[in-house]
Amino acid sequence: MENSFFVDSEKLSAAALEKKHRLENDPSSRKDHMEYMEGMEIIRSDICEKVMSQVNEYDYSRYSARDVVAALEHETCSIEDFKALLSPAAEPYLERMAQKAKAETVKHFGNTVYLFTPLYIANYCENYCVYCGFNCYNDIRRMKLNMEQIEHEMKVISDSGMEEILILTGESRSKSSVEYIGEACKLARKYFRMVGLEIYPVNTDEYKYLHECGADYVTVFQETYDTDKYETLHLLGHKRVWPYRFDSQERALMGGMRGAGFSALLGLSDFRKDALASALHVYYLQRKYPHAEMSLSCPRLRPIINNDKINPLDVHETQLCQVLCAYRIFMPYVGITVSSRESESFRNGIVKIAATKISAGVSTGIGDHESKYSGKESDGAEGDEQFEINDDRSFDKMYKDMSAEGLQPVLNDYLYV
Amino acid sequence: MENNDKLVLGGKEFSSRFILGSGKYSLSLIEAAVKYAGAEIITLAVRRANTKEHENILDYIPDNVTLLPNTSGARNAEEAVRIARLARELGCGNFVKIEIMRDSKYLLPDNNETIKATEILSKEDFVVLPYMYPDLYSARELVNAGAAAVMPLASPIGSNKGLATKEFIQILIDEIDLPVIVDAGIGRPSQACEAMEMGAAAIMSNTALATAGDLPMMAAAFRAAVEAGRKAYLAKPGRVLTRGASASDPLTGFLHN
Repeated sequence: MENSFFVDSEKLSAAALEKKHRLENDPSSRKDHMEYMEGMEIIRSDICEKVMSQVNEYDYSRYSARDVVAALEHETCSIEDFKALLSPAAEPYLERMAQKAKAETVKHFGNTVYLFTPLYIANYCENYCVYCGFNCYNDIRRMKLNMEQIEHEMKVISDSGMEEILILTGESRSKSSVEYIGEACKLARKYFRMVGLEIYPVNTDEYKYLHECGADYVTVFQETYDTDKYETLHLLGHKRVWPYRFDSQERALMGGMRGAGFSALLGLSDFRKDALASALHVYYLQRKYPHAEMSLSCPRLRPIINNDKINPLDVHETQLCQVLCAYRIFMPYVGITVSSRESESFRNGIVKIAATKISAGVSTGIGDHESKYSGKESDGAEGDEQFEINDDRSFDKMYKDMSAEGLQPVLNDYLYV
Repeated sequence: MENNDKLVLGGKEFSSRFILGSGKYSLSLIEAAVKYAGAEIITLAVRRANTKEHENILDYIPDNVTLLPNTSGARNAEEAVRIARLARELGCGNFVKIEIMRDSKYLLPDNNETIKATEILSKEDFVVLPYMYPDLYSARELVNAGAAAVMPLASPIGSNKGLATKEFIQILIDEIDLPVIVDAGIGRPSQACEAMEMGAAAIMSNTALATAGDLPMMAAAFRAAVEAGRKAYLAKPGRVLTRGASASDPLTGFLHN
């Protein structure tokens, strides 16, 4: 069963509706998703070819229980072993995988768990990505915070005790320019020890500028590495260009960022292939940029405003757990983030096995931290959310819960030098 | 005799030869390391100490314990130097453990950059303890650069694999006139004991303790192991066969016939 993504807002004009329907129904009306648009930097890189040649030939039905057991017994997990661990044949071995993953996590990260929170500063978007609440055809309250409002939000978050922040925007260069984001980073450095970005992909010199403004970590979700599927989900806008997005993390590292985050949105396409691609994307980039810190996350599709039926299809918690364990066994040194899309019980369980970083005090809306944190009625406008979160624990609650699970919450592990 | 057997670093004497590494910190770990392992030196990652976090690690370090701030997170000599200076400003004293890693996968130290940082910081009156890959040439350069000790790794950090670099550490112990503190990879008390028996001046460990089922008991086990190894070293091991048998009739007996 596929998700049904297309929702028509009553507020769209006849012309807009006509264009939307054409994009949805007539592939020839869409731009070539493999072709760069004007202004997009092209870097010379062999990473994409390395990753995709492995992914394209991956036939997970080929792996047997014997391959899985061998993978679990090997001291170092090879790419072949990793492929076996991601296969359906590994499902009956999930407990053993979890045991091994836990041992690796403990060796590399001890009993620590990092806490952070996202801050959405704008939800304008120029793209039509059919599964996303921010998509340009979705009828939601749009908002872009000004610097004063951003500072207020940061203050509220900082007062809660949080020291690491992830700044997010919808993907609109015209509404949320690189300079606007840069100014937000400068403000963030006043309140936080560590500033990450999850914004639209930009060129190397722009990443360099944002790094100088105080950002140090760039996360870009590829959404799906299946280019044909990608084409049917990202119908309009800059985000439609798949290869420019693929090279984002490399451009970020070239621009001087300390680290990069990677992810596919599980549920959009074949999740085993997407999981393989995400991990290999990290694996090959790490070999090329050995000093860089890398992290993976594993979000699943969630319902959005005006479409509460969107779901992650065949990626249930069991499969998600399998993917996360396989990631950990294959790359023991990589940070793994599990978002508030997942339930409290899942997050409590997975931090003891494979995850090293979780968000708390999360809002995916705009300008609503004070009302969400204090229950105080908002006196200003608020922008709607990107997706529905599942685990809504506050920073305090999360800190206490993690401590109660026997873990040591870490709020900052980085020093700007 | 034992009472006079002190570890001397930067003119400061220590009775304990177990140093608690940083990285996987918790209050209970510090408590166990001090109380049961007898640790007198505790490493502290400056990147984590520099925080407004409610449970600031600094508040929990007993007064009689010497802080050893480390420069983890530094990717070159310049960054390490800046972190060391910041540590001193934060009131962490003048001991510093230099850690410079340019590989996020194995976290292996970069000896060249470490030598550069050692030279700068020792001139600024830091007591410099450099974490290094056990290479004799680098160790000699660290001595010349003003290090107070050298800290070779036993095996990759966090691996608990023990003395994978044993032969090379032995060379450093034999050739370097500074305390050799074995750092990283010590997973079991028996491995700590072995390193001490070889003549290491001290051992540093974290993961082995942090991940133990019973922290206090493991801490006590490390203390006993380090002390046993030290005593064995001081006692000068006697006839220990490493392989095969030895002839009971001397091979050179013919010289005396």
